Amino acid sequence: MITLDAVSFWYHGQERPTLHEVDLTLEEGELVLLTGRTGAGKSTLLGTLNGLVPHFTGGHLQGRVTVAGVSTHERPPREFAHLVGVVGQDPLAGFVTDTVEDELAYGMEQLGVRADVMRRRVEETLDLLGIAELRRRALRTLSGGQQQRVAIGAVLTTHPQVLVLDEPTSALDPTAAEDVLATIARLVQDLGTTVVLAEHRMERVVPFADRMLFVDADGRVEVDEPAALLARTPIAPPIVRLGREVGWDPLPLSVRDARRRAGAVRERLEVAGAPVDPPASTAPPLLQASGVVVRYGPKVAVRGVDLVLRPGTVTALMGRNGSGKSSLLWAVQGSGPRQGGRVAIAGKDPKELSATRARELVGLVPQSAADLLYLETVGAECATGDVEAGAEPGTCATLLESIAPGVDHARHPRDLSEGQRLALVLALQLTAAPQVMLLDEPTRGLDYTAKATFVAVVRRLAAAGRAIVVASHDVEFVAQVADRAVVMAEGEIVSEGPTRDVLGGSPAFATQVAKILGAGWLTVDEVGAALGRTP
Amino acid sequence: MRDRAVRVVSTYFLPRDLHPVAWWVWALGIATAASRTTNPWLLASMLAVVGHVVVVRRGSEPWAMSFRLYVYLGAFIVVARVLFRVVFGGAEGPSIVLRLPEVPLPAWAAGIRLFGDVSAESLLGGLYDGLRLATMVICLGAANALANPKRLLKSMPSALYEVGTAVVVALSVFPQLAESVLRVNRARRLRGSTSTGRRALRSVVIPVLEDALDRSLRLAASMDSRGYGRAGDATPRQRATTGFFMVTGLVGLCVGIYGTLDATTPGYLGGPMLAGGLVIGMTGFALAGRRVQRTRYRPDRWHLAEVVTAGSGVLVAALVLTSGGADPAALNPSLLELSWPLLAWAPLAAVWIGLVPAFLSPPPVPPHDELDDVPDDRLPTHDHDRDDQPVGSRA
Repeated sequence: MITLDAVSFWYHGQERPTLHEVDLTLEEGELVLLTGRTGAGKSTLLGTLNGLVPHFTGGHLQGRVTVAGVSTHERPPREFAHLVGVVGQDPLAGFVTDTVEDELAYGMEQLGVRADVMRRRVEETLDLLGIAELRRRALRTLSGGQQQRVAIGAVLTTHPQVLVLDEPTSALDPTAAEDVLATIARLVQDLGTTVVLAEHRMERVVPFADRMLFVDADGRVEVDEPAALLARTPIAPPIVRLGREVGWDPLPLSVRDARRRAGAVRERLEVAGAPVDPPASTAPPLLQASGVVVRYGPKVAVRGVDLVLRPGTVTALMGRNGSGKSSLLWAVQGSGPRQGGRVAIAGKDPKELSATRARELVGLVPQSAADLLYLETVGAECATGDVEAGAEPGTCATLLESIAPGVDHARHPRDLSEGQRLALVLALQLTAAPQVMLLDEPTRGLDYTAKATFVAVVRRLAAAGRAIVVASHDVEFVAQVADRAVVMAEGEIVSEGPTRDVLGGSPAFATQVAKILGAGWLTVDEVGAALGRTP
Repeated sequence: MRDRAVRVVSTYFLPRDLHPVAWWVWALGIATAASRTTNPWLLASMLAVVGHVVVVRRGSEPWAMSFRLYVYLGAFIVVARVLFRVVFGGAEGPSIVLRLPEVPLPAWAAGIRLFGDVSAESLLGGLYDGLRLATMVICLGAANALANPKRLLKSMPSALYEVGTAVVVALSVFPQLAESVLRVNRARRLRGSTSTGRRALRSVVIPVLEDALDRSLRLAASMDSRGYGRAGDATPRQRATTGFFMVTGLVGLCVGIYGTLDATTPGYLGGPMLAGGLVIGMTGFALAGRRVQRTRYRPDRWHLAEVVTAGSGVLVAALVLTSGGADPAALNPSLLELSWPLLAWAPLAAVWIGLVPAFLSPPPVPPHDELDDVPDDRLPTHDHDRDDQPVGSRA
């Protein structure tokens, strides 16, 4: 169907190739899972499949990509629209029209599909993806998971032979992500569509994957059976890391597989004893918020929420998209709207202080962290950050070095990796030396390794006596980083307590390890440490 | 044949959105009629007709709510016109109603008068004139409120399809830009930058532009990979022919328009050139459209209700214009002597024809959240009740 023949690719001005001598043949009806570190060239590889790379991105492509016998050298991507359907990370950015039905029809209109066929296919696709009740809704008013399903539907209507999905769940909360992945699995099983999928929540799709590709840092691509390849790749989901830790072979790829084999391990863990958390901090709180209310017109985003943050504690704020997490953080910081309630930090309300004073008390790294950056180099951003915070020159640079060592100060902030950019914004905010730090969805776009690094950074900040809040729907990340977890729904707190109780006690928020070994165990590291204690 | 008639009748009043062009033709027809009269009775009845149809037949989308703005604009135009007559002196006519001190102006401003005597005739003139302009503006507002602007762009000839898509995309950029500006501005406070001036501008503009650029690149990639602008099988030679026709036609049109407007140019540069350019341009259009391989999903069709609606607008214009030919005084009441403007029945009846769409057009589709979540068997059974409710009572 699609053949890559010794394909190498360079972006202009780069010495090392992003892709290096890739040979690949996609067979009909298979699901291929693509993995690799963030920035390793996964998106580039996906882009070559319909010619967006290099027609759209520039750069130099060596070798030959053929789609249904036609080389992508010869025709622009639009001439492959009937063969290859592409769905990106951010569905909203790719929508051309503004209602669900029109969006589903758009691709077919371009291909000149007959009107009656279009009508039929739109109805079929609405049912297939379970979005029939959304048909006349405006795309902007849909939730993230719904948008992503519409985006998949919009390319499915043209009946492409290959469906290419680039991290379709990276912006979604766990439930929405499950929905989308379940939809993809159904397409593969029921329709026999060929699917190429880059995905970091791989454990949901690995059971269906026929083959797995791993792009390494040099741009080489390894191709193998999922179980065989996962045994040796540096990035792996917790389930695989657990399998490696306890020496299962072949590796279990789904929670179900792992559970059925976990009996012996569970017995050994029982002997070792459940992990014990350090006692909750009783230090006087740094920040106390009570009855916080945020409303946007008639819509109430936060309904009288109380929040107590103690020094040295990391609090995780969880809940689905739109449950009021961000609004709460912004209200507590003082920069966002707040219609009721009180916030007290060192006896003051940040809302009544100037922006400069407020950020010396409580800092916030927003969801789209890049909004804070506007200069050409990392060095210039740091220097400005020092001036804005009234700190000693070099404070910000030192902080950056301690969070993310080795960031080149001459680079443009946009050219940094996702993790480095987050580190830069965090350093900028820490320059003002706030004792309370709020982080809104910091792990978006970070792979397993980058997340582990970031966990260490957050723990270090907390150990220095700060109170930290992380809003996140990444349960694995929360399990590693947080002492306490607060779950919000519809602007109210629905559960609150030590992370282990909150995450272990609920099937929706349980980590993979908890699903396999029981509620007491959250992370692979805990299991490893416990097993180390027993012979 | 009979089956077809039955189908037309039985589906005629089912809720649907009327073809946007039908509403535009209707509104432009009334606007044309309004442009020919200063009779306040006629203008007022036009306003009543247009307002009633809008209130009964508009949907609940954001553009439907814009009608109110046009009404405010209309009111402003009337008030401004009258005030102008007071400020810049309107003393034509014998009945002076207001004696204001005249402000003496320097010699170079000769011909302009500030304040001074104001006559009832010139106030009335301002009122009539303002009312005429306001009615035309409100007619356009009505078309805007009744016709979905995006569907209007969709019903452009297929040769212009790509331009239409570009316009649609460009329109959707503005709300996104506004959103980015708000977001970045809020984020700025987080960095403690309360500075104003050039640096502040830069800290807002750069992230916003980067965001917009990123977004448009991703959109372009998405459109490209979904087949936007596929060449189809037109040969370069065919494209050249089409291009030649289009350009020649356009040049002809421009020269023709100039020739018609400028009385000093020779006659053959006017009408004939205009007609020739039009024919050649249309040929190019048709050629280009035929080669486009695109299809349309659920295109707006031109049914009987569209003919009735558009026809009523055209009829209003035609009848008011002809009645004006027969009795000019009925359309433009004399201001030489102060009197009640006369009301002639012929043009008034013509204007009331514009009310036909309020009764003989299908009602708009109700908003999605009212019906979509209700299972079919629990839908309200009396559809007529729904129709009879004044939809516009929300306004």
